[in-house]
Amino acid sequence: MTDLTKYTLDEALGGMNKGDFTSVELTQAHISACESATELNAFVTTSFEQALEAAKNSDLRRAKGEIGIIEGAPLGVKDLFCTDGVKTTAGSNILDQFEPTYESAVTANMNAQGMVMLGKLNLDEFAMGSSNETSAYGPVINPWRKEENLVPGGSSGGSAAAVAADLCLGATATDTGGSIRQPASFTGTVGIKPTYGRCSRWGTVAFASSLDQAGPIAKTVKDAAILLQSMAGYDEKDSTSLNVPVPDWKASCGKSIKGQKIGIPKEYMIDGMPDDIKKLWDNGIEWLKDSGAEIVPISLPHTKYALPAYYVVAPAEASSNLARYDGMRYGLRTNGSDLNDTYARTRTMGFGDEVKRRIMIGTYVLSAGYYDAYYLRAQKVRARIVEDFENAWYKCDTILTPTAPSAPFALGRKVVDPVEMYLNDIFTVTTNLAGLPGISIPAGLNADGLPLGLQIIGKALDEDTVFATASALESAADFNSKPAKWWIK
Amino acid sequence: MFTAERVADEKDWIKGETGDWEVIIGLEVHAQVSSNSKLFSGSSTKYGAEPNSQVSLVDAGMPGMLPVVNEYCIEQAIKTGLGLNAKINLYSRFDRKNYFYVDLPQGYQISQFEHPIVGEGNIEVLPIDSDGNTMDLVTVGIERLHLEQDAGKSVHDLSPDETYVDLNRCGVALMEIVSKPDMRSPEEASAYVDKLRGIVRALGTCDGDMEKGNLRADVNVSVRKPGGELGTRCEIKNVNSMRFIRQAINYEARRHIEIIEAGGSIDQETRLFDSIKGETRTMRSKEDAHDYRYFPDPDLLPLNIEQSYVDDLKAKLPELPDAIKNRFMSDYNLSEYDARILTADKIKSDFYELVANGRDAKIAANWTMGDLFGALNKSGLELNETPVSAKMLGELIDRISDNTISGKIAKSVFERMFNGEGNADEIIEAQGLKQVTDVGAITAIVDEVIANNNEQAQKAVENPKLLGFFVGQVMKASQGKANPQVVNQLLREKLGL
Repeated sequence: MTDLTKYTLDEALGGMNKGDFTSVELTQAHISACESATELNAFVTTSFEQALEAAKNSDLRRAKGEIGIIEGAPLGVKDLFCTDGVKTTAGSNILDQFEPTYESAVTANMNAQGMVMLGKLNLDEFAMGSSNETSAYGPVINPWRKEENLVPGGSSGGSAAAVAADLCLGATATDTGGSIRQPASFTGTVGIKPTYGRCSRWGTVAFASSLDQAGPIAKTVKDAAILLQSMAGYDEKDSTSLNVPVPDWKASCGKSIKGQKIGIPKEYMIDGMPDDIKKLWDNGIEWLKDSGAEIVPISLPHTKYALPAYYVVAPAEASSNLARYDGMRYGLRTNGSDLNDTYARTRTMGFGDEVKRRIMIGTYVLSAGYYDAYYLRAQKVRARIVEDFENAWYKCDTILTPTAPSAPFALGRKVVDPVEMYLNDIFTVTTNLAGLPGISIPAGLNADGLPLGLQIIGKALDEDTVFATASALESAADFNSKPAKWWIK
Repeated sequence: MFTAERVADEKDWIKGETGDWEVIIGLEVHAQVSSNSKLFSGSSTKYGAEPNSQVSLVDAGMPGMLPVVNEYCIEQAIKTGLGLNAKINLYSRFDRKNYFYVDLPQGYQISQFEHPIVGEGNIEVLPIDSDGNTMDLVTVGIERLHLEQDAGKSVHDLSPDETYVDLNRCGVALMEIVSKPDMRSPEEASAYVDKLRGIVRALGTCDGDMEKGNLRADVNVSVRKPGGELGTRCEIKNVNSMRFIRQAINYEARRHIEIIEAGGSIDQETRLFDSIKGETRTMRSKEDAHDYRYFPDPDLLPLNIEQSYVDDLKAKLPELPDAIKNRFMSDYNLSEYDARILTADKIKSDFYELVANGRDAKIAANWTMGDLFGALNKSGLELNETPVSAKMLGELIDRISDNTISGKIAKSVFERMFNGEGNADEIIEAQGLKQVTDVGAITAIVDEVIANNNEQAQKAVENPKLLGFFVGQVMKASQGKANPQVVNQLLREKLGL
C-alpha cells in the first residue's frame, strides 16, 4: 500500500474526496509515522486515541456530505494553543500538568472544519527562542540531520519538524518575531504569519500580545493557504481581531504575478551574510523576474533598529503576560515560607533561563526611570518601521528577502550566547512590528545540503498577493528535497 | 498639579502649640459602576453571591484569556464625567498596572494611567457643620476620572493559617474619581463625598452604597501654616463612611501637627483607618511603594469616542442635584438651605416633590424636613425605610388645609402615623380628632370660659394680649378640636375687641 504520509494536505483531501482512502486510514498512517519518530521529540503530548475517534467521526460526516475545508486531515497543534481536555504546556514546566477546559479560537475553527488533531507539538518555552532548545520537554531534532543533530529553529520547532518529517499533513504555529518562518526555513517547509488580527489570539498562551499571531506550517504554499483559511476569522473575544472576511486563499495560489512589483530592500543585505544565502536571494529575484514580475530596489531605512526594538517590546509585554503564572490557581506550585517566597520558588522552578531572562529584561525596560529610554523609544522605532513599509508600498506590491541569516545550526551551538541567538530573527521581526503578512518558502539547499528559505512580505490584509507570489516562487524554485528518514530504524 | 492657593476659613484653623494650622485634603473616590457585568468579562456583578461563583476564565487569569471592554461601563463613566462638569476625553486608553497579589489573578490590574476617559471638572459643595448649619459654598476641582478593574477579596479570618480568595469582585468596573487638593476641613471633605454620591445616584452610574464598599475614599491629608508652604501628605486608604472620613482627617491632621511641632517630620506613606480605635496607622511606607510598570494594555485597542455619542448622552442625562435645587428654589420658592437639604439625593427630592405636588410648597417642605427627617433621624432610619410615605404625609397636610384638623393636632396624628397606627384619616377617625367648626358648639364653650374667667374678661379691652389666654382655655376645653379661627372670631366679638 502507498505510504499515505507522503501526500500533501491538498492531495490527501483530494484522495479522501475521491474515496481512495479514509480519514481513519490516513490518521493511522500518520500515527505510525509519529510512533517511529519519537527520536525527533516533536510532540509534547500525543492524542492518538482522540485522533482516531475524530477520524471516525470525520468519515461519518463525509459520508453525509458534510465536508469541512480540512475534513479528516491529521494535523499537529503547537502546544501553545489551549485544547479542551488535552494538556497544554507552552513548553514550560510551570504549566506541566495544565489541562484547559476550553478550546482556543484557532483550534476551535479548525475543529469545525474537520481537523483530526494528532497531538501537541514541542516548542521553545512560551515561544521564546529560535532553536526549540528552551523547551522544558527537551529540544526537537531537525529531520535534516547531518553528522550532528541540528536545531529545527524556533519557537515552532516541533511544528516544523513534524511537517518536514511527514508526521502530520500540516501544523499550527505562532509567530511573534519569526517563530513560524524561521523554523520553516530551517526545515524546508512553508510557513506563513498572516496580518496581525487575522487569527484570534483567544485561548492561545500569550507571549507578546501586540506581536503574537497564529499561522500554519505546511508542506506547500497551497497547503498553507488551506490551513490558514481554516484558522483565520473574526472573533469578538479578541479585541485586536480584525472584522474582515476570510478569502479563498487557495484560489490565489498559481495566479499570475505578471507585472507585479517586487521590492528588494537594500538594508537586508547585512554584513557577514553567508554566500549561500546571498545566492539564494539572487536566484529568487531571477525566478520572480522570469515569472513576469518587476524587481524594484527599495529602502527600509529603520531596519537596523527593528531587532533591538523587538527585544524591548516583546520582553516588556511578556513580563506582564507571564505574571499570571504564580502557582495560585493552576500549574506548578512550590510552597515557600510566605506568599512572596512561594511566588519566588514557584517561578524559579517553573520557568527556564530564557524565560527568566526575558521577564527580567521586560521588567527592567518598564521600570520607573527606564520606561522612556527603552519601552517608549522602542515604540517610536516601531512607528518608524511601519512608516518604512508604508513608503515602500508606493513602489512595490510585495518584498522579497531571505527568511533567516543562516541554515539550521548544530544543537547547543548558540545557546550560550543569547544575542547571537536573537540575531536569527533579524529578517523576520520587522513584519511582526508592522503587523504585516510574511511567508517563508523553501528555495534551495546550501553547500551542506541543508534547506534555506526565502521570505515574501506583503501589505496588510493582502495575503492574496503573498500567496500568489509565494506560489510562483515555489514553482520556479522547484524545491522537492526531503530529509532522509534516518529516525526510522 | 498640586495647587493650594485657597486658605481655610479661620474657623477651620487648628490650634497647635506653635500657632494655627490648616489641613489640605484631596480625595480619590472609588465608585463601583452600576452594571450587570464586569468591565472586561461577562461575569455577573451581583452582590452577595457564593464565593467564586461569578468568575469567568478571564477573571481567573487563565492562559490565553483576553479582556473585552464592556461598552455600558464606558457609557456610565462618560455620564459621570458629564455630571462632574468635566471634560470627556475622546481618546483614552487602558494601561496595565503590574503587581503580584493573590486577589489579582492576571498579575496586573487594567486601569487608565496616562489617558483617562474623563479629564478636569468641578463640583460645588455646601459643607454643613456639626450643628447642622450650612457653611460657605466651596468649589472642588476634579482632576480626572478613570476606569479600572476591582481586585478580588482576600479573606484572612476564616482560618488561622490560610488566606482564602473570593474572585467574585475581581474585574468589576470601578470609577476612580480624583479631586484636586481643594478641601480645607473634614466637613468639606465629607460634603464633597456626599455631593459626589448624590450625583452618581441621580445619574444611576453607581449606587453609592458605602456600607457595601461600592463607594469608598482614599483620603490624602497634609497640614501647613495657613497659606504657607505645603506639608508632606499621607494617604489613608479605603475609608467607607462620611463619619469615618471626618474622624480620619481630624486624627491625621492632629497627628501631623503634633509630630511637626515636636520637631519631627512627616513620612509620606499609606495609612489605614481603624474605625474602632478612631486612629490611623502605617500600612506601607514610601520605600515599600511598588513600581507598577504601567504600560498600554496590548490586548485592548485605545478607546475612540465620537463627540456625537457624548452629546447624545448629555442630552439624555437625568436632572442632577444642583439643577433640581435651582428648580426647587424658583418653582417652589424654597430657601437655598431648604432646597439644598431636600435635593441632597434623589430619594429626598423625589419624596419632596410627591408631598409638594398640588399643595403649599413651604408647608410641604416644613413637614418633610422638620417633622419627617427629624423623626427619621431620631429613630436612626433612612428615608427609604420611612414608615410615613409621601402619600401619607401629603394626606395629613390636606387634612390641615381642609380644616379637618388643626396644625397642632396634626403633630400628634403624625406621631401616630410614624408609629404605624395607620394613615391620617384612620387616626383622626379612631381618635376622634376631627376639628369642631360648629359655631353653636364653640359659642357654648366660649360663653362658659368667659363666665368662668369674668375678671380677666373685664380687663381684656385694655389688655388685648389676654385674647391668647382665652383662646388657650377654649382650645383646652375643646380638647384641641375647636377650629382656632372660629374661636378667635367669637372671642373677639364677645370680649369686644
